[in-house]
Amino acid sequence: MIIPKLAIRNILGAGLRTWLNVLVLSFAFFSIITIQGLLEGMNYQTSQSMIEALYCGGHYWSEKYDPYDPLCLEEAHQKISEPLRKLIDTGKSAAILIVQGNIYPAGRMKPVLIKGIDPAQSLLAIPSQFLDDQQAAIPAIIGNRMAESSGLHQGDEVTLQWRDVHGTYDARDVKIVQIMQTTVQNIDVGQIWIPLQRLQVLTGMIDEATIVVVSRELVNPPRVPGWSFKNLDFLLKDIYDLIQSKTVGSSIIYLILMFLAMLAIFDTQVLSIFRRRREMGTLMALGMTRREVIQLFTLEGALHGVLAALVAALYGMPLLSYFADTGWQLPQMADSYGFSIGEKLFPMFSAGMVIGTTLLVFIATTIVSFLPTRKISKLKPTDALRGRMT
Amino acid sequence: MNDSLLIQTKNLTKIYPMGRHKLVALDNISLAFKKGEFAGLVGPSGSGKTTLLNIVGSLDIPTSGSAWVMGERVEHLSHQKAARLRNNHIGFIFQTFNLLPVYTVFENVEFPLLILGVSAKERKLRVTEALEWVHLADRVHSKPAQLSGGESQRVAIARAVVKRPAIILADEPTANLDADNSHQILHTMVNLNQELGTTFLFSTHDDKVIQYLRRKITLFDGRVDKDEEKSGKE
Repeated sequence: MIIPKLAIRNILGAGLRTWLNVLVLSFAFFSIITIQGLLEGMNYQTSQSMIEALYCGGHYWSEKYDPYDPLCLEEAHQKISEPLRKLIDTGKSAAILIVQGNIYPAGRMKPVLIKGIDPAQSLLAIPSQFLDDQQAAIPAIIGNRMAESSGLHQGDEVTLQWRDVHGTYDARDVKIVQIMQTTVQNIDVGQIWIPLQRLQVLTGMIDEATIVVVSRELVNPPRVPGWSFKNLDFLLKDIYDLIQSKTVGSSIIYLILMFLAMLAIFDTQVLSIFRRRREMGTLMALGMTRREVIQLFTLEGALHGVLAALVAALYGMPLLSYFADTGWQLPQMADSYGFSIGEKLFPMFSAGMVIGTTLLVFIATTIVSFLPTRKISKLKPTDALRGRMT
Repeated sequence: MNDSLLIQTKNLTKIYPMGRHKLVALDNISLAFKKGEFAGLVGPSGSGKTTLLNIVGSLDIPTSGSAWVMGERVEHLSHQKAARLRNNHIGFIFQTFNLLPVYTVFENVEFPLLILGVSAKERKLRVTEALEWVHLADRVHSKPAQLSGGESQRVAIARAVVKRPAIILADEPTANLDADNSHQILHTMVNLNQELGTTFLFSTHDDKVIQYLRRKITLFDGRVDKDEEKSGKE
């Protein structure tokens, strides 16, 4: 028990030097945990908003549907088969018909995807109830980004052109009945939403759909001939890949922060040991073995890590709890990151992440304290007493 | 080794390699010290005083020859055994005091007892007693930076004697002190030598110290030039 007692005595005796080191290291703890929390929050919010607005519990895709190939849409539609119809009728599914078209805002042509959705659906977080507008000839909803890029406002009428099932071009005026505020670009950019039945009639694709969204409560979606079921793992793969690529960047920042923290400790230890080599010689002259000297100096470094974790907890816990509650206001440009995060980012701090990070920093601190100490302890006591480095 | 001897060296030689040359710091030194001696190694810089003191203190090993300290052959000791020998039987007093800067006076003096595993109650008694010997009982809470040179060296003496070692090795203990402080320190050491029977071995070229020695060993170029008994000042 002598070594811990001496280590505590040393770091408390060092006064301001100890607390400055502890403060710097605590910033590293705090920064690493904060960045990890933001990343966790970003991952969660992104996938959650995509699920709520677009993916729900999964999709049935029409056989020829490929979201990356707009040309496939001419053929990617088919009759809603009986099992799917039953799911739709019981509110467990919602059909969406997707057709290529153009709108002509202010005389300019703008290619769009026309999406037909049932105004009564409640599965997706799309304000489709506004499509149940009897006043408008053809009511339409667009997202805020689409409104901005096309210069359309609520109440505006715009010409919508499409090709029907026979390949014939047709056009009508639609009325923008609602601009939806959404963070999900996939239901917004280059898209216009109109009532499903109207789109089916306009295109001659009666009772047809391109995709059928299923409820999250539907545990085992049935196999439906002609329709291919895509679960959330499949649908969110792109998002996960995108997050992964962002994670690489975040990991680099994480490593840099970790490296800086370790550098601070290493630097402190090396400087401290260089400055204290005469003290080490004295300790040896007074009867401490090399092993005890190594243990003492390593423990001192490790105790810096423990104190830093406590100090970081002292100011970090209230601060991070506050951010987790109120969220982090994102700049406008965050919308262009390709993430559906929202106006605010709510960091998420799991116990595992906090404990894991703390342990990792603690272990790294101990290692970087041990390395220079081990080297210096090989010094001959006579050289150490003279303050020499050999 | 004779049982009555605390320290004995036989043909002790220490050579330091200096590039392509060799520096002979000690050349065939054979000496013996009995319990209670108040002896000094005297000589100019580079005569080998500190080297001999370091070998006797098990801080260094000879190139050839032997050194017995408290019955242990220094050149055969492992690092751990050498550390234990120092901790149990040898006290050091350094020219630059070498107090631990973050500790108080009490903690500095207490340190050797902590390593020895002495109980807290016993430590307090012995540290208080050691500080009374050196007249610093009222400075227990001071840090080394708050002490004068004389006071620092007295703390170093208290630290050396607190564990009641058989041998105290003092390397130029008065080099950084003025005349008054030097005499006070030496007087304290003479008293401790007489009261506790501790063997003192100095390395010095300070005339003030030489006055107090009862045995003066003059080294020159790593060899014993003279070894004379004398009546030291008290």
